[in-house]
Amino acid sequence: MPRDLRVKASLAVLIAMAGAALCVPLMASTPSTAIGDVLATRLVPPLSTDRLGHWHLLGTDAFGRDVFVRLWSAARVSLGVGLAGSLLGGTLGVALGAIAGWYGGWFDRLIGAVSDAMLAIPRLVLLLVIASLWGPGVESVVTVLALTGWMSIMRLVRAEVQGVAVLPYVEGARALGVASPRLLRAHVLPNALTSAWVAMTLGVGNAMLLESGLSFLGLGVQPPAASWGNMIAGGREWLLVAPWIALSPGVLLVMTVVACTVLGDGLRLSRGASHAVSRTPSPAA
Amino acid sequence: MPSIARRLVDALVLLWLVTSLTFLLIHLAPGDPAALLIAPSASADDVQRQRALLGLDAPLPLQYARWIGGVLRGDLGDSLVRSQPVLRIIGDAFPISLFLGGISLLISFVVGTALGMFQALRASRSADTTLTVLTTAAYAAPSFWLALALVVLATSGAAWLGLPGWLRLPAFGMYDPAVSPDARHVADLLRHAVLPLLVLSVPGVAGVARYARQSLRDAADAPHVQTAMARGVPRGMAERRYILRNALTPLVVLAGLTLPGIIAGSVFVEQVFAWPGLGRTMVGAIAGRDYPVVLGLTLVYAAVVIGSNLAADVLLLRLDPRRRIR
Repeated sequence: MPRDLRVKASLAVLIAMAGAALCVPLMASTPSTAIGDVLATRLVPPLSTDRLGHWHLLGTDAFGRDVFVRLWSAARVSLGVGLAGSLLGGTLGVALGAIAGWYGGWFDRLIGAVSDAMLAIPRLVLLLVIASLWGPGVESVVTVLALTGWMSIMRLVRAEVQGVAVLPYVEGARALGVASPRLLRAHVLPNALTSAWVAMTLGVGNAMLLESGLSFLGLGVQPPAASWGNMIAGGREWLLVAPWIALSPGVLLVMTVVACTVLGDGLRLSRGASHAVSRTPSPAA
Repeated sequence: MPSIARRLVDALVLLWLVTSLTFLLIHLAPGDPAALLIAPSASADDVQRQRALLGLDAPLPLQYARWIGGVLRGDLGDSLVRSQPVLRIIGDAFPISLFLGGISLLISFVVGTALGMFQALRASRSADTTLTVLTTAAYAAPSFWLALALVVLATSGAAWLGLPGWLRLPAFGMYDPAVSPDARHVADLLRHAVLPLLVLSVPGVAGVARYARQSLRDAADAPHVQTAMARGVPRGMAERRYILRNALTPLVVLAGLTLPGIIAGSVFVEQVFAWPGLGRTMVGAIAGRDYPVVLGLTLVYAAVVIGSNLAADVLLLRLDPRRRIR
């Protein structure tokens, strides 16, 4: 498939996912966490009808909740957490990288040392340690993702800022008397963000994988609220009786992460930032 | 070489930074190991006594000094929960993770490089596209989900599809090889290891294949290769001498990049298949606020990652003369 088409296709997949996440839970006849007549409705296989006469596309789970509806209300959490975690970590990385690259000095050395140290621990281990700082929940997962995801973007932005800072137009602006903070904000930073955007796009998929991993280990989103990770964890006990509970969230997760990867790769090549980010998200979960 | 000595010093400083950072983080975490250890009905005095017993009542800088002092003497302290030396707990768990991680690292490299080479140099356009789609998807699959899917496939799925008996692989319930190490139990161990190893290797193979394919493509597009081809150098010789040599050297660096993924993967794989390795120990220790065990394991993880990065750097320096100039 030509690259352009691939990018459009992955964008379409992501938009469709977001649309379904918004609409499906609204159109459902019962909320995704409500538990009704468990004995009549539990563990119904996909494409069949329960004893109350309701038809379920992807079957029901051990509490008789419709897996399809639950899947899309979980998508709200998973997509939201991935997006928020990556954006927040990216913002932190851009801010720290810009200051470190522009001003240099002791701040640069301190940030460099901290990021080196944090990169030397496998991110999942770091996540587990930091996740224990707060009780499990959506907000703490986002915070933890941001706190462990800023390092590579900080390095990218720092290097780009240092590269742009020596260009003649910056020298010119400085000679014209533009104040240093304003110079950084208005003239240098906008030209140093291309690779950061690419890295953030790739980071969304990675953040979603890590969220699902944390939720799977019980440190992330807590039931009865659904996320793709804790749906997989919850379906684990019923794996051999009702494999659809644990397996269907993973299919959506893989699709979303692949779409983010393709989109990020496409952005990277089209915006000519090929030298900047060559690594796709590491197989973190 | 002075540059290697400098890198070694850098690595040690980094290791110190990592452990100090972890020490700070884990002690900042709410939750008192002493309170987790004794009955919930215990009085505040009892909790206080337990804290004193574990040395947790000392000010943080003093605890840090004690811990660092111990580490320098080769003593990582005792577990708060299991009252065993941390070194012994790590020593028990390490071989299990080494077995799983080492073999899957090897599989990742051999199979991944071969796959990447095939894609870049031999595959037809459609085969290349298919493999790219497959590796991208495999790279994106969370390993715990992959593990569960494979368990379904190898157990009830295999029975349902009527697959031959040898394809029905066990996921749980193996003999402890430490208890009775005879041939039958080793065979049992190997049968049980197939699924975990498969799950651990799939993302590694996919990652290495993607990297190797790109690296080979870039090397094949280089002007000197085109010149060689135009001069009539046979294709096979051009591939061996000009493409592979240039493209496969950077793969050495991948050891440093693949390792964290395998470590993270092993946390989930050990969790799903109940193998008592480092990852499972880590998850348990964090939940129980077992500070010495968490710190000891972080030290091991960081040492492995930093050490492999250092080894990759040094190896690259030897393999690639261009890097020695700077």
